[in-house]
Amino acid sequence: MASHAIEVKNLYKIFGPNGGDYVDAVKRGLGKAELNEKHGHVLGLQDINISMPAGGVMVVMGLSGSGKSTLIRHINRLIDPTAGEVLYDGVDVCQMSDNDLREFRRHKTAMVFQKFALLPHRTVLDNTVYGLEIQGVGKAESEKRARGWIERVGLKGFENHYPNQLSGGMQQRVGLARALTNDADILLMDEAYSALDPLIRVDMQTVLLDLQKELKKTVVFITHDLDEALRLGDKIAILRDGRVVQQGTGQQIVLSPADDYISAFVKEVNRGRVINVETIMRPLAGNPEGLPLAMGTVLESAARAMTGAHLNTAHVVDENGRPIGTLDLQTIISAMVTPTSHEDKRAA
Amino acid sequence: MASICSVLPALLCKFPAIDDGTIRLARKTIDDGFKGFVRSYGDAIDTVVQPLQWFLNYLEGAFVASPWILVLIVMVAVVYYGSRNINITIGTALSMIAIGLVGLWNDTMITLAMVTVCTLISILIGIPIGILMARSDRVQSIVNPVLDVMQTMPSFVYLIPVVMIFGIGKVPGLIAVVIYAVPPMIRLTNLGIRLVDKEVLEAADAFGSSAWQKLKNVQMPLALPTIMAGINQTIMMSLAMVVVASMIGVGGLGKNVLQAIANQFFTVGFLNGFALVGIAIIFDRTSQAFGRRLQKHSEVIHG
Repeated sequence: MASHAIEVKNLYKIFGPNGGDYVDAVKRGLGKAELNEKHGHVLGLQDINISMPAGGVMVVMGLSGSGKSTLIRHINRLIDPTAGEVLYDGVDVCQMSDNDLREFRRHKTAMVFQKFALLPHRTVLDNTVYGLEIQGVGKAESEKRARGWIERVGLKGFENHYPNQLSGGMQQRVGLARALTNDADILLMDEAYSALDPLIRVDMQTVLLDLQKELKKTVVFITHDLDEALRLGDKIAILRDGRVVQQGTGQQIVLSPADDYISAFVKEVNRGRVINVETIMRPLAGNPEGLPLAMGTVLESAARAMTGAHLNTAHVVDENGRPIGTLDLQTIISAMVTPTSHEDKRAA
Repeated sequence: MASICSVLPALLCKFPAIDDGTIRLARKTIDDGFKGFVRSYGDAIDTVVQPLQWFLNYLEGAFVASPWILVLIVMVAVVYYGSRNINITIGTALSMIAIGLVGLWNDTMITLAMVTVCTLISILIGIPIGILMARSDRVQSIVNPVLDVMQTMPSFVYLIPVVMIFGIGKVPGLIAVVIYAVPPMIRLTNLGIRLVDKEVLEAADAFGSSAWQKLKNVQMPLALPTIMAGINQTIMMSLAMVVVASMIGVGGLGKNVLQAIANQFFTVGFLNGFALVGIAIIFDRTSQAFGRRLQKHSEVIHG
């Protein structure tokens, strides 16, 4: 069961009784503030075009009010768009009949919520089987699958506890197990870890990354935390006032922020964990020297390996082990500490 | 006053009521129309409610005819399994024995049968209407004023049409009690469903629940504490109303109270009154303890 990409095309959402009437005006340049003041409608999303990679983690980042939670609710149509398309496997989710939509939600998507949204009167096990129960899968079969996932997320032994008896982190593990038990291609995570303590959050990120290595689902992850976005995202889109300000890989965003708003964000980022060695290496002149580093190694790991081996130079090798470039510790450290602006990079 | 009226036009001073002749005519037309309706459809309505009569008679017969010890054992068992509370169980046994000692056992059994049937019918009517109300704002805006009328209209007033249609007896009494007792059931079912956490509902939607699955898996279970409060209220109001209903032929403790009022039997009145209070407390404590037991999962153990 291969996961497909999700294509969001020209998506607009205007909240209010006659949202549809203002789409053209917004397309012609009517601003969010003006729309609210003059017409009493709220511009939720405008002109969203995102291609979410199949089998990868797409992170949508933005501060509160940026429209990120609205956007994720368009993918399983918990919110109806005012205009635009959400395509999955060639089918427009926005055009589905009620019945098709229900089937799509049952079999293709699973969602994890910021406030967990577990059923308080059901035990961990009964919460986890919820999706399968809705699908009509038999009790024995669904409980077997649910127990497997409960174990995978580290809750073995808690099957018969009620959500109220668990901590926040454990409750969100139940939320994750419930979504995974559904065995859907698309995993929607709406600020799934925002309510958790920082340490538990990192822990849960690791759980997700480990699972994703083997599951290869199309994950859409919403967050307001750039570190989380950079750690998880194969691709990141940054939303502001209902508009995509920049989208690309974490490295692209950190190395060439599109505007001041994003620059302000990435200033605080631990660059050593985002930038890869091949991004800052120089072309090979002569024989490869020093420590060989695989492509895709982040600077922090590279620096750790080099200092550990007491070497000042290293060379980068591709998947076949061929050397493709060289770099020294000095370059690495300067790339880690200096925020390269767009201009600096062009000059280099 | 007269001085103001001397300068004001008569129209603004004395309220221009519709003249007596017109009102008399309207009253007569409505009364005659209603009587005509009762004459032509009375038998049909009686046939429709006949099963209620059977059910009521059957249950009353069962309560009254069974040996008291059997009834007491069953009652204590039900109370214990409902509440799992030994104090409530002992209290129940003691109050029932006290009631028996003062010679009110049979009357209490009649009242118990009546209240049981009234509560069951109120639940059967109240929960579906409450669900409909919760699903649609329009239904809510129609049903709410009707409930207001049902709750504030003096109960003696709606005894009039009930008696005209059904005559005197148990079934009209039952209907009067249900009219009085069903509003809290409807209101609290509606409220309970409307108060269900939006996030949990959204999760149910996200997993593709149908409307029925949502009602069955999420809305009803989460509304249950409120619905239980509604059932509790309905029981209390039924108990209060069986006294009034005794005016139209419902037997039991209410009838004794009515006779005591008419004859100024101070002791008889209070004995029957306390018997009603005893039953009310048994019902109340048991249903509340049962409700709490259903909510065991909400106990916070881990912060």
